[in-house]
Amino acid sequence: MIEIILVFGIVVIGTGGEICLTRAMKTIGEVHDFRPRALLNVFGRAMRVGWMWIALLLMAAGFFSLLGMLSLENVSFVVPVTALSYVVGAYGGALFLGEKVTRQRWLGVLLVCIGVTMVWKGRG
Amino acid sequence: MTPGSGLHLKTFFLLLIMVIFGPLGDVLLSKGMKDLGEIPNWSPAELAHLFVAIFTSGMIWLGIVSLIGFFVAYTLVLSWADYSFVQPASSFSYGVVALLGHFALGEVITPLRWAGILVICCGVLIVGHTPPRTTDHTTPEPTMEPTTTLERG
Repeated sequence: MIEIILVFGIVVIGTGGEICLTRAMKTIGEVHDFRPRALLNVFGRAMRVGWMWIALLLMAAGFFSLLGMLSLENVSFVVPVTALSYVVGAYGGALFLGEKVTRQRWLGVLLVCIGVTMVWKGRG
Repeated sequence: MTPGSGLHLKTFFLLLIMVIFGPLGDVLLSKGMKDLGEIPNWSPAELAHLFVAIFTSGMIWLGIVSLIGFFVAYTLVLSWADYSFVQPASSFSYGVVALLGHFALGEVITPLRWAGILVICCGVLIVGHTPPRTTDHTTPEPTMEPTTTLERG
């Protein structure tokens, strides 16, 4: 049961954090200047966006879920399972960011799901 | 050396860093967590103790540094290379993490797990070949800003 909760933490909460991060960076706008001073300025602006703080909180929860899962299972099992984040990312991108998920992308997501199921079944 | 070949070299060098440092970070985190031992129970007191142990573990810090190396390379390569090129290329990380897990940590990987990793790589390759940007850049963003927002960029 704890493993399911941790996978949920990595995949759903962690990816939720990445979606919030995307939302925050879209608010900031596209970065054109990659000089250190300009990047520091972008960082400063990003830290004033509420979505960024939610993102950091969720991604931290995802990271600690990953650590918890790595204490229980092999890394060669845990990391492939985290590929489920592509599924959550596709749904989340479509639902919250208005992204258009093409049929080809859904096919890729389906293959990821099949692969993760095989990894789960092949725990040995 | 032509500018084009220089760019290719730079891109593949950073992709190599990504494919090595990402899985290496995961493996180091795994080793660090295994060294801390199994978590006997998930009570708040036990988790607080674990939290301190995590951040005093050299192995975990090495893993975090390695993952930062991955993230820096990822961010840099995305400043000139297409996301749709970088993402599928980085899917090889799933294979590398399995190899490192097997050879460095002695993990037993069943044929079914190898097959699953291969299918995941194929799935990520397909996802990576879809357009990286599907939203209209000229339309205003949906108003989803939480109330905690201090400033709009």
